[in-house]
Amino acid sequence: MAVKTIAGVEVKVTEDGYLEDMTQWNKEIAKEIAKELGIELTDKHFEVINYLRNRTIAKEALTIRSVGKSGIVDIKQLYELFPKGPLKFSSKIAGIPKPTSCI
Amino acid sequence: MKNLVILGAGTSGTMMANHLRPKLYLNKWNITIVDQYKTHYYQPGFLFLPFDIYKEEQVKKVGKKFIPKDVKYIQKKIEKIIPEENKVELEGETLEYDVLIIATGCKIAPEETNGLIGPLWKKDIFDFYTYEGSLALRDKLRDWQGGKLLVHITEMPIKCPVAPLEFSFLADSYFREKGMRDKVEITYVTPLSGAFTKPTCTTALNYLLQEKGIKIETDFAIEHVDNDTKEIVDYEGRKIPFDLLVTIPTNMGDEVIAKSGLGDDLNFVPTDHNTLQSKAHENIFVIGDATNVPASKAGSVAHFEAETLADNILLYIDGYPLKKEFDGHANCFIETGNNKALLIDFNYVTEPVHGKFPFAKIGPLSLLKESVLNHWGKLAFRWIYWNMLLKGIAIPFVSRNMSFSGKVFDIKSEKK
Repeated sequence: MAVKTIAGVEVKVTEDGYLEDMTQWNKEIAKEIAKELGIELTDKHFEVINYLRNRTIAKEALTIRSVGKSGIVDIKQLYELFPKGPLKFSSKIAGIPKPTSCI
Repeated sequence: MKNLVILGAGTSGTMMANHLRPKLYLNKWNITIVDQYKTHYYQPGFLFLPFDIYKEEQVKKVGKKFIPKDVKYIQKKIEKIIPEENKVELEGETLEYDVLIIATGCKIAPEETNGLIGPLWKKDIFDFYTYEGSLALRDKLRDWQGGKLLVHITEMPIKCPVAPLEFSFLADSYFREKGMRDKVEITYVTPLSGAFTKPTCTTALNYLLQEKGIKIETDFAIEHVDNDTKEIVDYEGRKIPFDLLVTIPTNMGDEVIAKSGLGDDLNFVPTDHNTLQSKAHENIFVIGDATNVPASKAGSVAHFEAETLADNILLYIDGYPLKKEFDGHANCFIETGNNKALLIDFNYVTEPVHGKFPFAKIGPLSLLKESVLNHWGKLAFRWIYWNMLLKGIAIPFVSRNMSFSGKVFDIKSEKK
């Protein structure tokens, strides 16, 4: 675990830069993480991000499929918003844990 | 008389029947278990069938054999659960319940991916999560001449999340023994960011892929299979060619869950993570692969859940608050090929740790480290499954909650 300053805020992050504590997140932090990933955030991005955060607070598992069925975007659009790693990058920007398997 | 009904006589349902029958008075509680199939499969064995390590008869038995005699066994299809009326409709029969346990498991849904069930299905595209699929793959591998082998995960969650990796490792050993490893290119294709996604495991285990010459393609969310060009294609148009595709299709809960309006978008039942009570109905409990809890869908998890759930059902019946006890504990052997295996022990919040198991510092099994003894542990587990686990007999020294004594949390690379 490390501490990193993102958008002027000191936050705890994992080795690969995911927020340890999702309550430390704010929109400015999201924008800065997105910038590092080469993504400029739009309102549509934030709709997806809010959906992911709400599912996480409700302790529900995140899948690309569930985002595709959320009514916000379909899977193709999700890829367009977060190229090369839709769930991986959207989770990082949303300040929630990286999707993992059991090992 | 009151009625407790268990839906599904797989690993979880069978264990619950065995746990509860001795604990509920015969003159007060009827227990009924329903399953449409006659055969009980030892599902971990499906991993070994394709490589001719297990034979058919080692992975199947008549299910009824494992149900206590004072439990009514009905072999019928379950049509619908009607929670508002506390009823379950079967083919030509309706059951009433006071307490319901849903143990309907999960299964592959290849129809969810375009082109998977096409001209190449069971010719060059196989699954090994079903008995039939696993046997068909065995027959294919027996005289396959080599080429590009893809071991592919469609999406998470899947039953036994480590099985695809184990399959890749065993395939490496299998083709080496056949003297044709140089003719086979093995690629592991995952929708996640790596084969090992937990930091402890990435550090400790990444050497395995390199050592075995297994290639990896990450962040691949399949959109369709192109049966003409023999490629899998993702949502960004990335294409990976194959000669033989071994895929783990989308895993979904039973369709009866959808028909009854009890599931999420994958037909898994929203379940309290710690008590295993369904979130929607207080007299419905859920166990094993049928739940949506973020634990692995694995027999060991079901085994630990069964111990907590048996206690909670007794508490519920007597009107006491439920124990918030289940911690997501899983304990799994992972085959790494060459007659070696790893053992991992983890729960909802703790990543797999190093150390010894089940006794602190003594073992004899090593956690998160390859050993021959772990491999024998995995093979011995088949006996434990049929003779102890299904019958609800506690496995000595292995507790339902994860134990932290003698375990090491600072992880070093396990390079040899």
